[in-house]
Amino acid sequence: MADVNRGNRPLSPHLSIYRPQLTSVTSILTRITGNAMILAALLIVWWFLAAATSPEYFAVADGVITSLLGDLVMAASLWGLWYHTLAGIRHLIWDYALGLDLPTAEKLGWAVVIGSVVLTLVTLLVIA
Amino acid sequence: MAEFRLPKNSRITTGKTWPKPEGKNVRKFQIYRWNPDDGQNPRVDTYFVDMDDCGPMVLDALIYIKNKIDPTLTFRRSCREGICGSCAMNIDGINTLACIYGMDEIKGDVKIYPLPHMPVVKDLIPDLTHFYAQHASIMPWLETKTNRPAKEWKQSIEDRKKLDGLYECVMCASCSTSCPSYWWNSDRYLGPAALLHAYRWIIDSRDEATGERLDDLEDPFKLYRCHTIMNCAKTCPKGLNPAKAIAEIKKMMVERTV
Repeated sequence: MADVNRGNRPLSPHLSIYRPQLTSVTSILTRITGNAMILAALLIVWWFLAAATSPEYFAVADGVITSLLGDLVMAASLWGLWYHTLAGIRHLIWDYALGLDLPTAEKLGWAVVIGSVVLTLVTLLVIA
Repeated sequence: MAEFRLPKNSRITTGKTWPKPEGKNVRKFQIYRWNPDDGQNPRVDTYFVDMDDCGPMVLDALIYIKNKIDPTLTFRRSCREGICGSCAMNIDGINTLACIYGMDEIKGDVKIYPLPHMPVVKDLIPDLTHFYAQHASIMPWLETKTNRPAKEWKQSIEDRKKLDGLYECVMCASCSTSCPSYWWNSDRYLGPAALLHAYRWIIDSRDEATGERLDDLEDPFKLYRCHTIMNCAKTCPKGLNPAKAIAEIKKMMVERTV
């Protein structure tokens, strides 16, 4: 199959012209949130390491993480965690070959988006 | 690997704007052009079609342009009723058949590109060689081991029903070329169309090579590059659901090992 001679044929445009779909956007967000949470995990590990190093170093790390920027990163990571969890549950449902008809799949998509925002707000209210 | 940018020879330039006809109901069309003979990059040409003089489908407009404005515009078409799959292309951001896609469904200018992430032969015609080879690789025919029956291979009404929603595929390639996974990995991932056909034979009650068929798909790329993005089901002009067929295959893979 690889020996097909494509000559100098151009590749037709793809990402730049394809209209985003609810299902494709929720799919790529699953991957983005999954990777972005590595950053939050590293920050928390750094926070713990600082606590184990010295009180002065912990004060620095704690200062960064509880700053306004730190709060924003943590709140965004919290949303990422909820989003990724709900999207994961959606994948578990799909793994049983259920909920794959388009209307249901799109309802599940909205459930993941709205659910993640609501759960993030609830969590923030509980811990703040 | 995912290559998000188009290669140098594929980047699109602004093309020619063709003269605007008289008339109140004129619509603007932006159409991808590439000529293999002039050594230039692809471009997007602008055409104007008098809708009062043109049929309702996108294919009608393409034929109008070819007949009345620019005879060099090149595209595939045949049945004009959604059964041959020839006129699959990217219209208004989704893949569909030009012959059964009404222009009233499109807001604003009509933008037409070839099926995405495919080598272009000319204008709106993609090279489907690799796509067809992938289809052939899943053995799209009845495989049997027992002796041939005196008359025909029989199938119950219930078993025949399992093929509904699968056999209707016309191999237009809309689904496979809508799939980002297929864009990035089409060299090794079979794509929604070939996998829908694979499932059509896997669940055929008369087929006796189910195990071999599943063995062939047990591969990190051939089957498992499907991440349930569902662009395939969303775009299929025949209303089929390749994502569900793929999920059923994945489920069978698990069921036979546990």
